[in-house]
Amino acid sequence: MHLHRYEKIWLMLGAGGLALFIVLLCVNAFAMGMAPPSNMEMIDPEKVMETPPFDKPGLKQVGDKEYDAYMTAFAFGFSPTKMEVPAGSTINFHVTSPDVVHGFQIPETNINFMVLPGHISSATHTFDKPGEYLILCNEYCGAGHQVMATTIIVK
Amino acid sequence: MVIARKLDEAIPHTPIQRSAATLSLAYVWVAYAAFGLAALAGMLQGMVRGGIIELPSWTNYYQILTAHGVLMALIFTTFFIVGFIFSGVARTTGGSLHGAALKFGWAGWILMVTGTLMAVVTIVMNEASVLYTFYAPLKASPYFYIGSALLVVGSWLAGFGVFASYRKWKKENPGKMSPLFVFMGVTTYVMWIIATLPVAVEVLFQLIPWSLGLVPTINIMLSRTLFWFFGHPLVYFWLMPAYMAWYVCIPRIIGGHVFSDSLSRLAFICLLLFSIPVGFHHQLMEPGISAGWKMIHVVLTLIVVIPSLMTAFSMFAVFETTGRKKGGSGLFGWLKKLPWTDVRFFAPFVGMLFFIPGGAGGIINASNQINAVIHNTIWVTGHFHITVGAAVALTFFGVSFWLIPALTGRKLTKIANRMGMVQTVFWAVGMFLMSLAMHTMGLQGAPRRTDYTTYMDHPTALGWMDYQRVMAFGGGLLFVSAVLLILILLYLTFYAPKGNTEYPIAETETKQEVPRILERWPVWVGLVAFLIILAYGYPIMEQIQHQAPGSPPFRTW
Repeated sequence: MHLHRYEKIWLMLGAGGLALFIVLLCVNAFAMGMAPPSNMEMIDPEKVMETPPFDKPGLKQVGDKEYDAYMTAFAFGFSPTKMEVPAGSTINFHVTSPDVVHGFQIPETNINFMVLPGHISSATHTFDKPGEYLILCNEYCGAGHQVMATTIIVK
Repeated sequence: MVIARKLDEAIPHTPIQRSAATLSLAYVWVAYAAFGLAALAGMLQGMVRGGIIELPSWTNYYQILTAHGVLMALIFTTFFIVGFIFSGVARTTGGSLHGAALKFGWAGWILMVTGTLMAVVTIVMNEASVLYTFYAPLKASPYFYIGSALLVVGSWLAGFGVFASYRKWKKENPGKMSPLFVFMGVTTYVMWIIATLPVAVEVLFQLIPWSLGLVPTINIMLSRTLFWFFGHPLVYFWLMPAYMAWYVCIPRIIGGHVFSDSLSRLAFICLLLFSIPVGFHHQLMEPGISAGWKMIHVVLTLIVVIPSLMTAFSMFAVFETTGRKKGGSGLFGWLKKLPWTDVRFFAPFVGMLFFIPGGAGGIINASNQINAVIHNTIWVTGHFHITVGAAVALTFFGVSFWLIPALTGRKLTKIANRMGMVQTVFWAVGMFLMSLAMHTMGLQGAPRRTDYTTYMDHPTALGWMDYQRVMAFGGGLLFVSAVLLILILLYLTFYAPKGNTEYPIAETETKQEVPRILERWPVWVGLVAFLIILAYGYPIMEQIQHQAPGSPPFRTW
């Protein structure tokens, strides 16, 4: 099949750029540990409220300025409703849903993942800057989806 | 003016026979009826989200959002595509469709219209405010799912009609390569039928029994995987017919030739291969799928850059060679020779321009961890409004301006052409403002698919309000454009003067040899199957064997 010379150059540049881009993505994900949140843990969605640690959602300090946040996302809110940590704290979020699919997003950070019933989602973020961070649901979950939010205070 | 001269000439081919034209028109007009309703719903949504109006108590944001998504993304596109492909197949195989193709065509139309009505009634009754992605465990009325299934099965029948025409042509022209338009139509349907199988499985074996209460719970992960197995190729089902117009019709409109027959076919084969095994890039932020499998889908997704670059090269090569032949000189002089006042060229060209940032945004969306910045934000909404809502839609509008009069035996008049230009400008400006606001807000974290909210006056959310008003203003311009479009198309269907309008089909300048392998379907379907098993075989097996406890149904609206 005949290809025009300019077209060969164009496609080679495109394919080369693409290959480089894919290599960078792989290095980023697997060598630098920045893969998207892909936790494999499961839970019975009908028994979330009686399964520890989600029966008592909240912050648990696990180290110096490091916390585990066990949270539930439900129609239409998050539990716990109030969380406070000192600036510079690292929080490992663990979130599940007792009902429909929800989203978990903290604008101005890279925390953004889906919450599926039957699964536990996890992601980690270090909050360096003090402020009142908004946590919102970014997956349509019903009539009250737009009020499903909470905050986390970093002092 | 180029257009005026061309319209006065006798058209260089036999017009499409009545029976095929009626079938095609029946599809196209259902498409535009859905488009009109969807545009109204879309405009209302924009106004609500912009904080400009409030909806009356008998409806709500998510109900009209569902209507907008279903009618625009599923009904308008599918009906238009089926009608367009039938017309082009008739045009390039002698001007008519034979009995079997017509029978399949009408049977498909009846199923698709029935399915559409079932879905629309359940949405109007507020029994199906689950959006067009219908993620379980939100549970709509079973009739909503049955309607969707009928829509899909109807589109298969239409595909069988195109296959029947193709087989007949091959039998009558032994040893010859099929017409380019027909080849592309067949490739599009092969892709579509393979890609809709998983969603058919989801609807028939998961959603319908569960929504009827026959089984208590549903495997959420599997339902989402099956949905996105279909959901991404769906966007290529929108795009491929637009590419057909770009590769085959536009060169003729500007007075040029198909750049390369083989290359056009190769681009379509690449789209067939790499549209389907890529769904996890919509599920990058989900638990339950390992990072390794996500990466495999990301790589397969990004390969689609290659046929996109081929298409970009072909289009601009056609524009340049045609412009130079007409006397354009210098580095960019050929641009001046293109028919800028001919809406049949102008509308799809503006669409192509939108596709450049659209493609770049798509690479961002598909890129593993970068996706975390924009996932489920209104950036994504902005992205598909400049891809399907601008690149594809403007191409379909540009096609409609000649397709409808060609089918009704009327003329695309100067005034209709001029109104089409105005309509295109309104659409382009509206879409530019709306999608720019959406992309910007999305980067700041504003969620998609969300009613007007300030999150209790949180400063982050308050920062989005100005952009939301810009978005609403863009939506208003789009609605004006949509109304104008419907009026122009009504005029072209019923009132324009009788006469001939060309159905533009370009050919290559010299006879080109096309590698035979491009038409060996068992090879390509086999490769598609291989890629699908590679990308989905193990993950789906895992999702069935190690499934999370199932979910009961919920109605939260």
